[in-house]
This record gives sequence, C-alpha cells and structure tokens, in this order.
Amino acid sequence: MIRFDAVRKEYPDGTVAVEDVTLEVPSHGVVVLVGSSGCGKTTLLRMVNRMVEPTSGTVSIDGVDVRSIDKVELRRSIGYVLQAGGLLPHRTVADNVATVPVLQGTSRREARSAALGLLERVGLDPKLGDRYPAQLSGGQQQRVGVARALAADPNILLMDEPFGAVDPIVRDQLQQEMRTLQSELGKTILFVTHDIDEAFALGDEVLVLRKGAEVAQRGTPAEILANPADEFVSRFVGAGTSRRTLSVREVDGRRIVVDGDDRPTGVLAG
Amino acid sequence: MQWLSQNLHIVWGLLLDHLWLSAVPIVLAFAISVPLGWLAARHRRIRTPLLTATGLLYAIPSLALFIMIPAIFGLAARSPWVAIIGLTLYGIALLARGAADAFGSVGRDTMLAADALGHSAWARFWRVELPLAGPVMLASLRVMAVSTVSLVTVGAVIGISSLGTLFTDGFQRGIDASIVTGLVLTVVVAFALDAVIVLVGRVAMPWRKAVPA
Repeated sequence: MIRFDAVRKEYPDGTVAVEDVTLEVPSHGVVVLVGSSGCGKTTLLRMVNRMVEPTSGTVSIDGVDVRSIDKVELRRSIGYVLQAGGLLPHRTVADNVATVPVLQGTSRREARSAALGLLERVGLDPKLGDRYPAQLSGGQQQRVGVARALAADPNILLMDEPFGAVDPIVRDQLQQEMRTLQSELGKTILFVTHDIDEAFALGDEVLVLRKGAEVAQRGTPAEILANPADEFVSRFVGAGTSRRTLSVREVDGRRIVVDGDDRPTGVLAG
Repeated sequence: MQWLSQNLHIVWGLLLDHLWLSAVPIVLAFAISVPLGWLAARHRRIRTPLLTATGLLYAIPSLALFIMIPAIFGLAARSPWVAIIGLTLYGIALLARGAADAFGSVGRDTMLAADALGHSAWARFWRVELPLAGPVMLASLRVMAVSTVSLVTVGAVIGISSLGTLFTDGFQRGIDASIVTGLVLTVVVAFALDAVIVLVGRVAMPWRKAVPA
C-alpha cells in the first residue's frame, strides 16, 4: 500500500505543484490519477520513488516512510514506466530490460536471458532483443518499457503517461494487454494520464485531479460516471455530452446502442 | 631516398618518440577534460569561468610554454615531460569545451529515465552519460589528436626529439630529404592516430550505426 499523507510540493520560485494531498493506493490495485497537464499528477507520482521530495508531508510504502529508504535502492525496487518508453538509446532492447537486475548485481548473461522471457511476456518477439530502441516502433518501445519495469519483479509499478505517445489503435491494444498482465501479476499500480478514457479503461479506482493535485473526485469509473461530484468532474469526464449519453435502438431484431448524436457505438449482448 | 635508407634506424627511433610523445598527452588531456567537461555541463555557474580558463591556455605561445614548464615544474629543459605537460595543457584547451558540449547533448529525458531506474550518480555517469556523450566528444577528440601530433614537432626546437628533429636537423644541415621525411611521417602519424580513434569509437559505440541520423 502506498500512502500520501498531507503532502505538499512548493518550488523555490513559489509555484505550488501539489497542495496538501492525502490518498492511498491499496496493494494489488490499479489507481489512476487523471487530470490536465500541469495539475501536479506527475509530481505526485514521482514522490513515491523520491524523484521529487515533498516540501512537507510524508509518502510511505507499507507503512515505511520512503525518506528512510536509500533513494537508489528505493528506485530499483519500484518499476517505473516512462512516457515514450524512456529507453536508453545506446543499449540494446535486451540490455535495456536487464538494466535494473544488472545494477543490482545479477550477471549480465543471466539478466539478458531473463529479459528475453520478459519480452515474450509483453508480446514481443525475443529476436528483437539485439535491436536498438531507435529500430523499434513506438508501440514496441513502450512494451519494452513495461518489460524493463517488470524485470526486477517489483511490487509497485509507477506508470507516467506510458501510452501517451502511441497511436489510438496501438494504445487500445496496450491497455488491453496491460489489464491481462495485471490480472496475472497483481502489482500495486499508480498510473498517471490526462486521458479520461484511459483512466476508465485501466483504473480499479480513478482520482480526478484539479490544479495543485487536489482530488476533485475519487471512485470507481462507474461511480464517477454515474455521479460526477461537481461541475469540474462532470466536464472532465464529459458527462452529459453526446459521447457519454447512450440509448438503445432496435434494428432488425437486434438492440443497437447509439450515442447522443444517434451514431451507433455498439450492440447490446444477449 | 638514399638519405632515408641510410638513416632508417634514426628515423624509426624518432617516429617511436613522436608516437609516445603524442599518445601520452592525448590520453592525459582526455582523462582530464572528461571530468572538467562534465562539471561545466552540469553546473551552470562554473561553466563560463572554467571554459574560459581552459580556452585561454591555447593562447600561450607553444615555445614560451615549453620554456616556462621546466622552471615551473622543476624539470630538466630537455625532459620529454616538458613536451608532455605542455601538450596536455593544449589538449585540455581543445577538448574541454567539446566535452562540456558532449555532456550537454545527453537528453534530459534519458537522464531522468536513468535516475528513475535507480542508477547511482556514479553508475549514471559511466553507464549513461559518458557513452551518450561519446559521439560529440569523439569529434573534438579527433581535432585534438591531430593537433597534438603536429605540435609535438615544436619540441624539437628546444631539443626534445621527435619527427620534428628531422626538421631542425634538416634546416641546419641543408638536407631537404630529412625535412620532407619529417613532414610526410608527421602527417602519416596524424592520419593513423585519427583512424585508430575513429575505429575505437565505432567499436565502443555500436548503437550509432543503428540510429537513423
């Protein structure tokens, strides 16, 4: 369990990135922080592995204040997936995946062979192991990023807009595979995105953030859609827009779901 | 040609002198410029004073420098270390700025990723920053190496033997073949060293050919 206790982040120039946030990420759950850019969601995420130190308040993992853990050790024990993969351009794919185990002292050979298995796990051909990141597509790089985060078998995964830089079709695919992977691995995941659909697609729980990382609403995707807490959340999730207002229409004996503009979006099962 | 065949063993000896008088300062200047460049790239405040100071080293006339060094370091006037120290200083002058630019060229996102993965500062330097600074550094290193090979000859004027000795001797005794041999071999050494550096760069940085430029 990750716990943020009254954390606040103020930069020397006076900007307040995070204003008094308290929240919990339950073990083995996926919590998504969603908000527009500059709302402080990434700052909040980076407090977990001490890439950002809060000005006040504490972040703890399973009751242990992260400040009491050595930064480098802490980061190695937490998987981190960055936007656009964040791969090291001078390392082959296999070496990228093997990075953390090698830093922890596993032999390069052993770590590389484990890396090839992980590539398969995230849906990549192990033959890609000898390529360099620049030789891969955006979607493939992103999968490598996930494999690398899993390499040291961390309990916690931090994901910072990991699928933001890939096209919508690949993004859907990656989201689906992430759900499958998560159902097998049961990691504690804190996920940051500005895309509400992505948040609803992945989160067991979703936190809609205002500026200063203030939590506007917290709930399951269904709860948030059913009862947006206020005007801000309502606008953010697009409640009431034609895209979110679905109705059922009967066509040739089948029930078709249409949106507010009467455009079909799917078929009711059963 | 006849002169060359008669003096082959002398020329060979001078060639070897020249090689190590070039190689040692190149290696030393590289080893010193890398940390200086890193400091200049990572600490804004010291960048300008540091790079100005190292750049000014190059303004010292080489002959004057070679005469000053024995006095400053308490060396014999004809000690090869006089040339080595002087050429190392020139090497730093040429390489420090390039090294600073090289470290500056390493992407912020990549460094952030390195931190997020749990590299210590030390590991990040050796495993991420130095290799990624390599391509830009290599360009400055090549200029510096060729310049050093050529500057070694100046030492001959104060009696430190190298291929430059073939110039000074040739002038004094009016032997054109000696001057031409010195000149040609200096150029050959410069080219050969440059080729070695390029080759080492290619082996050490295999990802560069994989990256579409």
